[in-house]
Amino acid sequence: MLKNFEPNKIFSITSKAPKYVLFIFIIIISIGLIEALIISPEDYIQSHSVRIMYVHVPSAWIALGTFSIIAILSFVIIIFKNKSFVLIAKSLAPSGLVFNIIALVTGSIWGKPTWGTWWAWDARITSMLILALFYIIYILAWRIYDSREKVNRITSLIAILGAINVPIIKYSVDWWSTLHQPASISIFSKTSIHTSMMIPLTLMTAAFALFSILIFLMKYNTELIKIKNKGLDRL
Amino acid sequence: MINDIISMNGYGIYVWSAFAFTLISFTALYIVIKIQLVKEKIKFDAKYLTLTSDKKKAVRAQEAYKGILASNSVSKI
Repeated sequence: MLKNFEPNKIFSITSKAPKYVLFIFIIIISIGLIEALIISPEDYIQSHSVRIMYVHVPSAWIALGTFSIIAILSFVIIIFKNKSFVLIAKSLAPSGLVFNIIALVTGSIWGKPTWGTWWAWDARITSMLILALFYIIYILAWRIYDSREKVNRITSLIAILGAINVPIIKYSVDWWSTLHQPASISIFSKTSIHTSMMIPLTLMTAAFALFSILIFLMKYNTELIKIKNKGLDRL
Repeated sequence: MINDIISMNGYGIYVWSAFAFTLISFTALYIVIKIQLVKEKIKFDAKYLTLTSDKKKAVRAQEAYKGILASNSVSKI
């Protein structure tokens, strides 16, 4: 099954897919922005500042999800010595980092009107900052090391080590007394968000996920062509 | 109504700056990745064109290069 992920086999899909993904992304983000900025109601406590949730929450989810995928792929790379996943893991990192930065910055902007401060060394915020540092170290490691074997091993270890931080981020609001509010949406229990706010949140999450896929596909194609360029040099 | 959407009871500056930062980040990331992709494609095309016809034939026969050649402009030359 893992052979299906070989770069040469999936390039025919990854090279054609970006234009379709971009088209769907533009449609969904347009509807999502109208819903988030105009149609959805203001919150009875936070007033209009609640609209920041529609960019902050999906960004945090995608940053967290992307790192989790990188960590799982890295685990497979280390255990099964699977080389096909190396390119996938590497190509996921840039969008993950940008979403992490968006989550931190928009969270900071949201913090000012709600908490009265731009930043607090709160467990959730600090653990998200640590995640951003792991993303940066992971991306830098790819640039620093030349040996393919060494870079595969080091980046995989960074991702696996960083994965320890993922549950800390998720449960930080339950384990510690934090400024950050607890999760309003859970897979296993009833969500406390009204449908009128859930619709824009879902749309924006879908749009952000599509953008993440778009960047991943473009980066994956770039990395693959880079490898093939080196192959042409050896001919 | 437009004024209400812009000011948002005084929260407009926070809401609009958060959305603007997000969209600017998206655009910047898209442009950076697109430039990297185009550069690699141009590099590939340039290298491919310098190959001898025998080597070009060998490259075209390889499964690994078929996809890239099909998506690059060089395949149309």
